[in-house]
Amino acid sequence: MSSVAVFFQHLTNGLTLGGIYALIALGYTMVYGILKFINFAHGDILMVGAYMGMFAFDFLRGDAPLGAWTFISFLLAMIFSAVFCAVLGMFIEKVAYKPLRRAARLAPLLSAIGVSFILSNGAAWMWGTQSRKLNYPFDNSPITILGISITPHQILVLIVSFAMMVALTLFVGKSRMGKAMRATSLDQDTAQLMGINVNVVISLTFAIGSALAAVGGMLIALDYKCYPTLGTMTGLKAFVAAVVGGIGNISGAMLGGILLGLVETFGVAVLGIPQGYKDTIAFVILIIILLLKPEGILGKVEKEKV
Amino acid sequence: MLLETEKLSRVYGGVVAVNEVDFRVQEGLITGLIGPNGAGKTTLFNNMTGLDTPTNGKVLFEGKDITGKKANEICRLGIARTFQNIRLFKEMSVVENVMIGRHFKVGDKNKGRFLQSVKSYFFMKNEEKTIYNKALEYLDFFGLADLRNEDAKALPYGHQRELEIARAMATEPKLLFLDEPAAGMNPQETEHLMEMISRIRSLGVSVVLIEHDMKLVMNICDEITVLNFGNKIASGTPNAIKHDPVVIEAYLGSEEDD
Repeated sequence: MSSVAVFFQHLTNGLTLGGIYALIALGYTMVYGILKFINFAHGDILMVGAYMGMFAFDFLRGDAPLGAWTFISFLLAMIFSAVFCAVLGMFIEKVAYKPLRRAARLAPLLSAIGVSFILSNGAAWMWGTQSRKLNYPFDNSPITILGISITPHQILVLIVSFAMMVALTLFVGKSRMGKAMRATSLDQDTAQLMGINVNVVISLTFAIGSALAAVGGMLIALDYKCYPTLGTMTGLKAFVAAVVGGIGNISGAMLGGILLGLVETFGVAVLGIPQGYKDTIAFVILIIILLLKPEGILGKVEKEKV
Repeated sequence: MLLETEKLSRVYGGVVAVNEVDFRVQEGLITGLIGPNGAGKTTLFNNMTGLDTPTNGKVLFEGKDITGKKANEICRLGIARTFQNIRLFKEMSVVENVMIGRHFKVGDKNKGRFLQSVKSYFFMKNEEKTIYNKALEYLDFFGLADLRNEDAKALPYGHQRELEIARAMATEPKLLFLDEPAAGMNPQETEHLMEMISRIRSLGVSVVLIEHDMKLVMNICDEITVLNFGNKIASGTPNAIKHDPVVIEAYLGSEEDD
């Protein structure tokens, strides 16, 4: 393999991993942008999304052999899982965060950690602690394109994650509800004075973030199986990606996610960091960024509101 | 009476910010709300626009009780406002700021306004165009149309104040509250602002303004209410207020204090 091919090979792997991080990081950053708090249950929503997708996929697929139907049923399962998690996200917000909106800043954060435990322990209780396999909906043997070996799973991840990011960018940038969302994140009171129902905007934010997490969760589970703590490390790293990109900034979360995926991949492949230390890379980057540019790459320095 | 408060009080802890104030706004007039710093003017504004809830008393708009309604509901009834410390959506463009003001003006309630607002860009480009063009009309009214694509935060101070008024006007209010609209403006800008406020009234919008610039207040207002330490101490025409001994005392201090 020529060194150019090797480079593109790592690039592909990095972008795939980064695409998933980005999908999940978006949920953290959107909620932070509007409510200024970190939804630590976000990672566990991703896990629930993976389980829901697995159940739906197994149910729809039945005993059918690999074919067009398996792929279609996988996509249907993904939609089901996204909708399920969107509703779950809105429900969690109404029950665990909304009553604390005027409380001290630490209160919703603690509530989020509580929700996180409820979800992961609930999953362990209901579905067991043994990991379960989410089957590939296609033959996942790698194919070679232009000298780069890529699995159909990677192609799926790249297409799905980048399509979702483009859709979200258009939605937030251009649609009326997207504008309302940005307005709410900039100044909640004023947005309300413009006739915007802030509660609707907040619900929608949780719905979108959770749906993206569900999709991300399924894409991860294809490689790593479903287990109750699936969301813990992935969620944490996506959170790091959101902070590195500039928390509260949507493009920042995408950039941070992709960057993190690339650095992890190249760190292991090029710098020779042992595979076991892969997870450390994210946190080392976090520390460096926090030291050099605490507001993140695309973040803005926020003046404390009086 | 377009808007009135009945014995409105707002107490924070032990501090009475507004004390049993009866404030009246007549339709079609420009009403001034004046008083020394800390008199409770902005608190009264907040309690009438849904940003704060009165401890006691009522707010009636067009005869309907709107006490305790949320800001977005009050906006939809036809009340808009600006802030003393300009609160634009700073990171958004000038035209987007005004478009936000049109947010709830489009869409058919019966067909699910929420869904329409979600899919607006993808399937309703015409509707977006309408909002955009309407927003430009409001900018044009204030002579800001050329600056439409600038970031709101990049505008000079006077233009930012005008943009905030344009955004409030875009919600098509019957009643517009202006909190110190001339603060920080130079004399020419103030002059232009007074002209704009008169033009707003001629569009049929009633205006209430908090202002410290007495020349502006006395020239432009039809009615003036004076607050001091949370209490209403006077209301009447500018001429009557100018010669009211209680008002003079509140502003200059009584002679015994010297």
